[in-house]
Amino acid sequence: MGKIFFFAALALVIVSGFVFAPEEAKLAIHPMDQFIVSPLFGDHIAWYTPTNVTLWMALAIAAVFALLVLGSSRRAIVPSRAQSVAELAYGFIYKMVEDVAGKDGVKFFPYIMTLFMFIVMANFLGLIPGSFTTTSHIAVTAVLAALVFFTVTIVGFVKNGAGFLGLFWVSSAPLALRPILAIIELISYFVRPVSHSIRLAGNVMAGHAVLKVFAGFAAALGAFSFLPIFAITAVYALEVLVAFIQAYVFTILTCVYLKDALHPSH
Amino acid sequence: MASNTQEAAHGAADAAHGSAPGMPQLDFSTFGNQIFWLAVALVVIYLILSRVALPRIAAVLAERQGTITNDLAAAEDLKAKAVEAENAYNKALADARAEAQRIAAEARAEIQADLNDAIAKADAQIADKAAESEKAIADIKAGALESVKVVANDTAEALVAALGGKSDAKAVAAAVDERMKG
Repeated sequence: MGKIFFFAALALVIVSGFVFAPEEAKLAIHPMDQFIVSPLFGDHIAWYTPTNVTLWMALAIAAVFALLVLGSSRRAIVPSRAQSVAELAYGFIYKMVEDVAGKDGVKFFPYIMTLFMFIVMANFLGLIPGSFTTTSHIAVTAVLAALVFFTVTIVGFVKNGAGFLGLFWVSSAPLALRPILAIIELISYFVRPVSHSIRLAGNVMAGHAVLKVFAGFAAALGAFSFLPIFAITAVYALEVLVAFIQAYVFTILTCVYLKDALHPSH
Repeated sequence: MASNTQEAAHGAADAAHGSAPGMPQLDFSTFGNQIFWLAVALVVIYLILSRVALPRIAAVLAERQGTITNDLAAAEDLKAKAVEAENAYNKALADARAEAQRIAAEARAEIQADLNDAIAKADAQIADKAAESEKAIADIKAGALESVKVVANDTAEALVAALGGKSDAKAVAAAVDERMKG
């Protein structure tokens, strides 16, 4: 019976595809339109204008608040589901900071937790169809990465003084090689914020653009639109994974950089 | 930040076209706006986390850890108490058993003593009765012997008289005594 219904439904979809096919199926795909920053009111964007960026960042804040504050509001010994997730997030990041950056990295835990919660919530909110993904913008991720870069550099110099420069002086290498390695280390140190920011924005942007491209195909293919819809489903599942993994990667790299600042010896 | 007039021009152009050419990510006119709101969002989240959420969750986790530790300690205590109670029970049981055995042995000894007394008394009574009976039998025997002698004397005297002799009582008695001694 199930099979009969399945094939009947499939036939119905195909027939309706032919019947309701667009007059001229033109391939009008604008995969990048979803990233446009637009003002909520009026048509002018100044630095203080409330835009869709404002809206979706506010929603990210609301989501963080709902999970971590409202979720834990009962302070139950036996946690509810929301409180379990909040505790899980807390334990996950706390353990990451402690394991990667060491015991003295724990005082940066609220800062790192802030980064993680913002990125993960922005990524997941961005997966809602029709939403705006703040973390797909290089302006946002570059600021996040620059914050980490400057924090780490300042902490490194404050904690170790000039000893922080030992990070670039590979004392285990032969003496002749050390200046060359120092240059390479220095370049790689300054490339860190670039890769750190572009990795996050690039992954999120690429996934969302691919979804839009497939969606455009679905609109253009008429009867065979179910093929791109299957593809969209698969890519969406992948994007859910990517949304978490990129937040995780950003956070753990922050911890690694922090470890370099706290213990610069190789 | 770029000049406001330039931003205004870009914004107007975007609004007019409906879609920016190329990547909106590289539309520098929106950078100031994004960075400002990002800063606001990060500060707000940081304040929420550091003032409310993280201390609360840390307290809940610590409290849970404390509760678990306390419960484990209490369980350990209760277990020790249970072992103690079992030992006390076993000891009480052993004591009771020993007491019961002692009482049984005492009772047995008492009964034995009573029994011995009764047997001794009965033996004495039996011995008394036997002595009495023996005496009675001896009396009867003696009485019977005396009667036999008298009868024998009379019979002998009668026989002597019948045979025509003159009976001498003293001689007859002597003869009978002689005969009876066997």
